[in-house]
Amino acid sequence: MTTTNEVDQEPERTGLAALVYDSKARSLFFQGVLAIIILAMIYLAVQNAAQNLADQGKEFGFDFFDRPSDVQILTTFGTWLIGYVPGESTIFDVLKLSVANTLILAVVGIFFATILGFLMGIMRLSNNFVIKGFATIYIEVMRNIPLLLQIFFWNAALRLIAPGPRDSGTFVPGLLQYNTKGIYGPFPITHDGFYLTVIAVIIAIGATIAYGKYAKKLQESTGKQSPVFLVSIGILVGLPAVVFLITGRPLTIEWPNFVSEGPMLRRGFERGIGSYIAPEFMALFLALTTYTAAFIGEIVRAGIQAVPRGQSEASEALGLPGGLTMRKVILPQAFRVIIPPLTSQYLNLTKNSSLAAAIGYPELVAVFAGTILNQVGRAIEIVAVVIIVYLTISLLTSMFMNWFNNRVKLVER
Amino acid sequence: MTDKNIAYLRTTEAPTLPPPSTEVGLRGWLWKNIFASMADYSSTGKAINSILMTILTVGSALFLYWLIAGILDFSIFSATFSDPEGQKREACVVNAGACWPYVQAKWYQFMYGFYPKEEVWRVNVSMFLLAVGTAWLVFPMPRRGLVAGLMLTAFPIISFVLLNGMPVEDDGDLSHIFAGVWFPLIIAGVTGAGWWLAKDGRLGEVAAAMAPILLMVTALFGLFAFLPLITAGLDIALGTTVVETNQWGGLTITLVVAIAGIVASLPLGMLLALGRQSDAPIIKYTSVIFIEVVRGIPLISVLFFASAMLPYFLAPGVDFNKLLRAMIGVMLFSSAYMAEVIRGGLQAMPKGQYEGGMSLGLSFWQQMRLIIMPQALTTVIPGIVNTFIGLFKDTTLVLIISIFDLLGMMNATLTDPTWATPTTAYTGYLVIAFIYFVFCFGMSRYSVYMENKLNRGHR
Repeated sequence: MTTTNEVDQEPERTGLAALVYDSKARSLFFQGVLAIIILAMIYLAVQNAAQNLADQGKEFGFDFFDRPSDVQILTTFGTWLIGYVPGESTIFDVLKLSVANTLILAVVGIFFATILGFLMGIMRLSNNFVIKGFATIYIEVMRNIPLLLQIFFWNAALRLIAPGPRDSGTFVPGLLQYNTKGIYGPFPITHDGFYLTVIAVIIAIGATIAYGKYAKKLQESTGKQSPVFLVSIGILVGLPAVVFLITGRPLTIEWPNFVSEGPMLRRGFERGIGSYIAPEFMALFLALTTYTAAFIGEIVRAGIQAVPRGQSEASEALGLPGGLTMRKVILPQAFRVIIPPLTSQYLNLTKNSSLAAAIGYPELVAVFAGTILNQVGRAIEIVAVVIIVYLTISLLTSMFMNWFNNRVKLVER
Repeated sequence: MTDKNIAYLRTTEAPTLPPPSTEVGLRGWLWKNIFASMADYSSTGKAINSILMTILTVGSALFLYWLIAGILDFSIFSATFSDPEGQKREACVVNAGACWPYVQAKWYQFMYGFYPKEEVWRVNVSMFLLAVGTAWLVFPMPRRGLVAGLMLTAFPIISFVLLNGMPVEDDGDLSHIFAGVWFPLIIAGVTGAGWWLAKDGRLGEVAAAMAPILLMVTALFGLFAFLPLITAGLDIALGTTVVETNQWGGLTITLVVAIAGIVASLPLGMLLALGRQSDAPIIKYTSVIFIEVVRGIPLISVLFFASAMLPYFLAPGVDFNKLLRAMIGVMLFSSAYMAEVIRGGLQAMPKGQYEGGMSLGLSFWQQMRLIIMPQALTTVIPGIVNTFIGLFKDTTLVLIISIFDLLGMMNATLTDPTWATPTTAYTGYLVIAFIYFVFCFGMSRYSVYMENKLNRGHR
């Protein structure tokens, strides 16, 4: 038995009308229009660019990468890594060193911002009024003032508190010294055979991981606990130390040389001896770390608050002590909420390191899109390279954090 | 004595004891909120915890004291407040604190840059309009929809005319304005008439389907035709002269760039968010690529793109203003971020809302306009405000392509040797930080307030 419903059917359309009212055809039509507009814009842009370049007598190409670069660049991690010598190194070397400078700033900044941020986030949840108030004031002040202003502030303040270039102060007596030119410290110089110690360190790390896995398995199958922490420390310190001593201590420490006598202009720390951190780096590092930590603090607070109270009550009911509750119950669950926004804060810090351009720390934007662009005038190529480098960094960081996120993700049935 | 009942039965009620002093009053509050966390030594772990808390508390308190005392000392106790003899730097250099006469002397620059003094009423009027409009939208006032519409359409035009002025008065000849108006006006007229005839199906179904496109073309060309007329009319009415954008500066530029970014980012962000959710691959991937590329690079490189690379892609001879290029960069940048915020709202919409719209027979755009967007945008208001805060702070970056916003202007005044003292820079930083803090903290409080208001609705 079938019943027929009398419904107001739309009239059957034929021909062009059917095509116009067909949703697929419409979608194709609008996509076609969009594609044509985009292609036309690209075509016009390329045409104009070719015309403009021809008018200015320039060519398009990356051949300028091989040209020697004679700009003076502040001594930083990048210049040390590449071994930059003005006039001998090429522009491609400058690109490499500026990327290295961006990355070292990002890595160091992310590391310390995470620590400070977690501290601030947990402090903000404290029952203690003073601690909570401190964290609240810190977070609210830091994240409501533009980063660029904070960079300017630190750059000026560091130069204010440090002794002059012919003088020196010290943080840790005998280890780290500083003046307005930068921070000076010891620098390890390796000799032949040091690579054996490096290999020993790698083996020791591998052995520690293997031992940790074995101890876990042992505990799961027999219930016996092993002294994992002590054994790991023993392996990590012992093995490299033994190898280091056997190979005849192939490492000497170079100390910064402070010249306190002689003509006034020669006084101060000698260049190129010992390790050196530029004040620009310190200013950027402090500004980026403290600024990003405020945002991370808010993320951590939200993440911990997102764990239901029943979870900590349940673990208390099971008799877990406070530390274990935090480590085994609260944090793993909070991490799931924390990681995605934390990733975008890491990316923000990396991108914000480009503000170095304002105070002259030689990273990607400052030295490559700034100095080199002014020197060779290849705007299209240089800005394109800068964009591609940042996109690559963003993509790699996202991929790593997604991998990490998948590891800690809740495995649901 | 022996048969006396030794059981004691109380016949009256015992007096109620006051709560222990650790629970009430100032002492109780102090105990609960400060000292309780430091006083538990019952086990090793708890003792370590208590000692750590003590160290942290004392450290925090000392640091806060040092900071607040330092700022008070700098800005009040050892500051220079007046410079009656006009000595400039000599007046300030004797004190170790802030140099307020410097701020007083440069305040005009902080606010308006090099905007001519006799024309400054124009900036003030448009800032006043901005303040009134924003206040109207932020507080529960009647007819917010209308005000929002005016702020997004009329306000930018009016403030452009006020701030920039139009070069019509120069020769008093209006014909060149009208010359450019006829052509778009005629096209708008023809397409408008076509839309009127086609919309009810009088010209057949195919034409009826095309009617919305005709309407859009009409609106576009109508805008082209009327914008110059409106601006010229306003200009003649107000009698403004042209103030080149390189004379603008300070807070004016900060607000102009930020408002441009905010106004453009909402509609563009909505389109991009919808595009990203679209089933049509070309539309979807265009949006995805745009959003991800812009979000993957720093604003500085977008600004470098706009200032160094964009001129190459324009037709030879076409050159536009540096401020406009920076504004375009900021608009593109903020719309990509806004798109992601709005996408969050769209994804939070239950599927039933879309299906409900469809079952009512609404078209896609009707669904979006009447059902989806109002709800999606309301749920993400906190996210939108946070994007605005980020954008407002990020406007400081325009100083890297030498546009002098509030921070850039302050930085530029530091090179003035007549005010060069050791504390001038810190005075400037303090003032600018305070101004930004007031704006950003205000916005973030508003976002918290909205969040609470919206949450209440969900419970």
